Amino acid sequence: MALRPPEVRVWWNEPIARGELLWIVIAFLWGLFMFGMMIYWHLEGKQNLSTEVYRIDPEVFAQRAEETTEKYKIGEEGDTGIPIVAPPPGSDVYMVARLWEWWPVLQLEKGQSYRLHISSVDWQHGFSLQPVNINLQVHPGLEHIITITPQETGVFTVVCNEYCGLGHHTMTGRIRVVEPGQGG
Amino acid sequence: MATAAGELGVIGGIAAKFRSCPATGLKVDLAAERLIKANAVVAVVYLAIGGLLGLLVALTRWPAIHLLDADTFYLVLTAHGINVLLFWIIFFEIAVLYFASAILLNCRLATPWLAWMAFVLMIVGSLLTNWAVLQGDSSVMFTSYVPMQASPNFYLGLILFAVGALIGCGVFFGTLVIAREERTYEGSVPLVTFGAITAAIIAVFTIASGAIILIPTWLWSLGYIANIDTLMYKLVWWGMGHSSQQINVSAQVAIWYAIIGLLLGAKPLSEKVSRTAFFLYILFLQLASAHHLLVEPGLSAEWKVFNTSYALYLAVLGSLIHGMTVPGAIEAAQRKNGYVNGMFEWLRKAPWDNPAFAGMFLSLVLFGFLGGISGVVLGSEQLNIMMHNTLYVPGHFHGTVVAGTTLAFMALTYLVLPLIFQRQVIWPKLAKWQPYLFGIGAGGISLFMMGAGTLGVSRRHWDITFSDALLSFDYPPAAFLMMGLNGIFAILASIGGILYILITVGTVLWGKKVDASNALESLGPMPARVLQSGSSANVAKHGSAEAHHLPGTYVIVGVFFVSFVLYYFVNWKYLSELWPMS
Repeated sequence: MALRPPEVRVWWNEPIARGELLWIVIAFLWGLFMFGMMIYWHLEGKQNLSTEVYRIDPEVFAQRAEETTEKYKIGEEGDTGIPIVAPPPGSDVYMVARLWEWWPVLQLEKGQSYRLHISSVDWQHGFSLQPVNINLQVHPGLEHIITITPQETGVFTVVCNEYCGLGHHTMTGRIRVVEPGQGG
Repeated sequence: MATAAGELGVIGGIAAKFRSCPATGLKVDLAAERLIKANAVVAVVYLAIGGLLGLLVALTRWPAIHLLDADTFYLVLTAHGINVLLFWIIFFEIAVLYFASAILLNCRLATPWLAWMAFVLMIVGSLLTNWAVLQGDSSVMFTSYVPMQASPNFYLGLILFAVGALIGCGVFFGTLVIAREERTYEGSVPLVTFGAITAAIIAVFTIASGAIILIPTWLWSLGYIANIDTLMYKLVWWGMGHSSQQINVSAQVAIWYAIIGLLLGAKPLSEKVSRTAFFLYILFLQLASAHHLLVEPGLSAEWKVFNTSYALYLAVLGSLIHGMTVPGAIEAAQRKNGYVNGMFEWLRKAPWDNPAFAGMFLSLVLFGFLGGISGVVLGSEQLNIMMHNTLYVPGHFHGTVVAGTTLAFMALTYLVLPLIFQRQVIWPKLAKWQPYLFGIGAGGISLFMMGAGTLGVSRRHWDITFSDALLSFDYPPAAFLMMGLNGIFAILASIGGILYILITVGTVLWGKKVDASNALESLGPMPARVLQSGSSANVAKHGSAEAHHLPGTYVIVGVFFVSFVLYYFVNWKYLSELWPMS
């Protein structure tokens, strides 16, 4: 038994049962398939994480976000004072993660693509777009640029899902998606 | 000491005291025995503390109860992770290492004084980190991602604990060398020891990773280093954080083999296959750090795909192999024990009343179906976009570490109590129910957290109603149902956990003494053939099982594989419905 040394000293030469061998082969091939699946998705799938990333000074990132916000601001979100930004389709749009908000609110058009720049200016945060359920990690000092194409209209919430201190559960943001041409 | 108490054996010029184990005939080095007891007792204390904290977490995340306030919740969650994931598991594993070397190899433990020093270091370290967390300024979670900073003592405690554990591994390797030099066993080490060696090798890698990142982070918290790169921190930290879970996998699989060997006389189907499967762990499990970096900026897709798959899923292959050979070994042994009818008589007539067997088998099934399948899905590069940092992640690892590892350790305890502590388990009727309560509870925790995670619910989050947030949000009602069910199953698991603690402590204090007359029956219900032969060792002495008529095992493995494949593709289907991104 498994608590004693093997009886046959050269146990390596003992034959393997057919059923056992068959399972090893199946399991190995399944592993190869799953490995290939990730590569296949990079070639044919539409949901792949961008690897366009730059090192950036958090202050510079915050400043760029403020510039685009000023340029494309169309109003404020309710009485919160948070600006709503409606950038033209195809353009670069910024979202800042900081203790404890996602800033600003974005208004995007359905079916249009945007280059979304995300970074943190303090600690690590988690970009969790709900209820779509897209989840990304956000680091200070790393600017991640993701081309994203909203598929449905409505109000979507960005929840922070990386623990970031005592106000973590109050850190939310918003992305509004409207029909093409109906933006401000 | 029951028989031959304090028999003095002089080996290699060094005197060591032995007793002979009446159940297995093994020589038990008394120094090793004391160390095993000490480490196991401290482990159980940390399980009690960490488990209780876990219940508080679950009751806070149950929206209808929402027990703790936010600050306390984050503190308790930090302490929960550290106490169970590090302290409970590693203290117990050190005990397993000493058992698998000194006891199984009939050998004296190398340098017991050094092992005691390791023990003291681990105690001091674990107390220091706990003290730092209780101060309230180190609620940084188990992961302590920079640039969030804990107090220096938080890191220092972990470093001391890790150094202690590393010394413990050194004592284990030293004992292997002594056993080999002094020829205390013949041929190759037993499979269980081989599994323990696997665990110890991975432990060394893991602890080294921890030291490489935690020492600079400690210096940073003291102000001697200006900056710790956030991405590098995670890459190296998870070399400890995830790879240390692979120590658990190796230890737990070794324990599965040990329990079925002792109770059923089971032998591995093939020594070659089972050992190769362990060897795959050593070669590939270290790549697991990537599992936590799949939606991270700054790493290439090629790096992610290769590492997250453990190089073509070769470490997963190891687990898939054990997933077949362990039930296969049970079936082969049980058919020899006389249960030959139909496809499943061997399983139906297994000793389900024996908590060691029931715990072991539940651990095997829950680990495979819940922890294993979800781990592969979660670790697929693109699928991770739907799951990263949601409750799916703790759902997955409560399937592996709680329903898998912790339950396996509990199951082993029911054999450690009579064999090492030499006490008969008190309240055998309650003990019979304990693994079921804990296993079903832990399985529910795992399942319902994964359910909530699939619906997007964030992990490590105090308030999923967002009542204090400027911009509010509602998760779907089903998510609230999941959190409630999670709470209910956490209570169930807690009852199982409390029972385990009571039975263990009660047995150590008040259990009936075990001696040669009652040694075998103290191990709990066993197949008649094993009992009659006087010891499981007599049923199946050594080596691979010869019988390979295993229809029941093939059915179980088939069901598992079909579930795996279906669940895998369902998730790709979900992914294809996500907003396109590139």
